[in-house]
Amino acid sequence: MNAIISLIAVIGLVLIALIGVNVANLHFIFGVVVPYFAIVVFLIGVISRVMKWGRTPVPFRIPTTCGQQQSFPWIKQSKLDNPSTAAGVVGRMLLEVLLFRSLFSNTKFELREGPKIAYGSTKWLWLGGLAFHWSFFVVLVRHLRLFTEPVPVFLQNIEALDGFLQVGIPGVLISGVVLLLAVTYLFLRRVIEPAVRYISLAADYFPLFLIMSIALTGILMRYFLRVDIVGIKALTIGLVSFNAKVPEGISVVFYIHLFLVSTLFAYIPFSKIMHLGGVLLSPTRNLPNNSRMVRHINPWNYPVELHTYSEYEDEFREKMKKAGLPVEKE
Amino acid sequence: MYNGGKIIAGLIIFIGLFTFPIFYNMGKASKMPEPKLDTPAIKELPEAERKCVESKEYMKANHMQLLDEWRDLVLRDGNLVYESTSGKKYIMSLQNTCMHCHSNKKEFCDKCHTYANVKPYCWSCHISPKENET
Repeated sequence: MNAIISLIAVIGLVLIALIGVNVANLHFIFGVVVPYFAIVVFLIGVISRVMKWGRTPVPFRIPTTCGQQQSFPWIKQSKLDNPSTAAGVVGRMLLEVLLFRSLFSNTKFELREGPKIAYGSTKWLWLGGLAFHWSFFVVLVRHLRLFTEPVPVFLQNIEALDGFLQVGIPGVLISGVVLLLAVTYLFLRRVIEPAVRYISLAADYFPLFLIMSIALTGILMRYFLRVDIVGIKALTIGLVSFNAKVPEGISVVFYIHLFLVSTLFAYIPFSKIMHLGGVLLSPTRNLPNNSRMVRHINPWNYPVELHTYSEYEDEFREKMKKAGLPVEKE
Repeated sequence: MYNGGKIIAGLIIFIGLFTFPIFYNMGKASKMPEPKLDTPAIKELPEAERKCVESKEYMKANHMQLLDEWRDLVLRDGNLVYESTSGKKYIMSLQNTCMHCHSNKKEFCDKCHTYANVKPYCWSCHISPKENET
């Protein structure tokens, strides 16, 4: 049901762009206004979301400890899984962000004959996630060719590397194909595995369908339907130099693609995709486990008036002696 | 803000990277390229015959696939003659047919290809025409 609602939402978005451009002729709205609006929403949304997280106090160390913490020198510390220094945290974060290390230790639990419980390592989610995120990143970076003039050499090299198979005309770019396959896998995983399907919400399916349709329209434009790439680049260059004009004759598929991408960008700050900032700000990952070395004081502790035992004894020593109570100082 | 310095530094880096195209293109006026059709071979033709093998729209969208098909037909099947939709026959040859009219590779081919960062590998086998630097 959640999946169907999300699918209908994405189809609705496609229809909005299709009707808006083909029937209502709102080329300027869909080519210029909507993208600007989406980017502004994206930037303000991301900043305010991150600032909100930044204002949340994290008084104590709550890192997930996945290995031996720092202890006696003769006990080997697991420096990446239970870091106690800033360098260790940086290492852990880098491996997490770039290689999804925590997904690599994913295990699967099964009940077998007996009944016996069996745990096995499962890497499919890790592999699918890694393929998806990296190919999406490469696709995003490759699109900078439409936003830079002249195209910088590093972008030319990325595209050359991406298309090094030289299959077909125009050459197949590996990242686009991998992106579509990976996002399809991530979707099928949600639908087929009963446990994952049970916990999947519309907010999980919607971005998957959105990204799937973005990849599909992109692939359609590049290999099958043919769009006027020079006209498109004139539009996109106009967008980034704040001098946007909409050239004639750009296919409606481009506007659908652009509208879906704009929706994705505007949707990011309000959705689970905010994990792109959240992963860096998650206290279970970005804190060193140094509770035994540093005293962490809760910032909102109100000042407590102390009356220590030695002061108490000083005050009542004579009375305590008379009553026959033991005192520490005579 | 807790750890405000680090978070704000991170945000500034993020925004800087994200808005990179704006700074990169600042102060550069780039024009949409128009392939030039003013070669001597084209000028010699009478006005009515200044046509490519297919329509302009078709060529604009599909020239790469047409060339790809031509290559396969010539090299793999030994078929040298292309009959266009208008019924006219052409010799399928990049260097002798296409480049005969469009002898201005820099102004015709490269302009859009460079603009859109497209790198066709025509010229890794074919000899690209020598043009006078202007």
